[in-house]
Amino acid sequence: MLEVGKIKVFVNEKLSEVGDNSTAYDVRNLIKKDADIVILNGHIIKEDMVLKENDRLTLIKRGEVPTQDELEALLVARHTPGVHEKVKNASVGIAGLGGLGSQVAVSLARIGIGRLLLVDFDVVEPSNLNRQQYFIKHIGMFKTEAMKDLLTAINPFVEVETKQIYLDETNIAETFLDVDIIVEAFDDPGCKASLVNTVLSKLPDKTIVAASGIAGYFSNNSIRTKKIKDNFYLVGDNVSEAQPGCGLMAPRVAIAANHQANTVLRIILGEKEV
Amino acid sequence: MIVNGKERDFDSGITVNELLEKLNLSKDTVVVEVNLEIVPKDQYAAKILNEDDKVEIVSFVGGG
Repeated sequence: MLEVGKIKVFVNEKLSEVGDNSTAYDVRNLIKKDADIVILNGHIIKEDMVLKENDRLTLIKRGEVPTQDELEALLVARHTPGVHEKVKNASVGIAGLGGLGSQVAVSLARIGIGRLLLVDFDVVEPSNLNRQQYFIKHIGMFKTEAMKDLLTAINPFVEVETKQIYLDETNIAETFLDVDIIVEAFDDPGCKASLVNTVLSKLPDKTIVAASGIAGYFSNNSIRTKKIKDNFYLVGDNVSEAQPGCGLMAPRVAIAANHQANTVLRIILGEKEV
Repeated sequence: MIVNGKERDFDSGITVNELLEKLNLSKDTVVVEVNLEIVPKDQYAAKILNEDDKVEIVSFVGGG
């Protein structure tokens, strides 16, 4: 039973009862007096406001490392309410953890994706560091394990599953059975085609977001996202192949990877056009 | 027939394999869709294309 004259609000995501004329700053002074950032329903406020039933108040002291409990609430505070729930419920598979896949994984973890399935057979090599999201300390580790280590350090609330296998026609369907969206992030053009062909024919209820033509330092704006069919999106300029004299470089690979990541986000949020 | 949105002239009865050869594309690095249906790779040799078919070919290049 709620006491008369009280309303319930969420303070750092914990249900609390406060007086029905309480303001955001009243509650801050009561619960976390030294908080210098006050977020009300996802927006940082600069002026005091009277709280309403079910308001969400987040109190942060700048520079303080939050407890695990607070952390998720604080990450969520940067996401538009309503968006976060959908993103949190999504499950995405990433095929290949090189320049594209490692960047897609990091971006999706930062937006609070619910579950990531990371698939790669390879280990981190020094030459990978020119564009892939790994650190020196990861050299020699399997990319799946190195990426899991990174993602845990960024957002420990993402459920990360890893599979250290070489994907081909024989195991693609079973590997990605449980995800909603698959990101094609391979290097080899034959592997790219094989994954897309297999997903489109054997997993027709999944959506695949692939990439082709991302090498070099050609114009930013030549990287495009195209919707090839309802469940197949393609990112890149279609022609810039990685080859001697036209290497893969961090900026353009990351542009393409984040086209892929934003396409995944848009699909999750029901925005099916490019 | 329409190939990637453009009207192109090819001999009637051409297979997907033959079309890929004419376009100088490898069958190992493409996704082929005919009238919105994906054609599995093992059917490229047998699948015959007709005049009114709408063909979409995505050809992948390396890099990731």
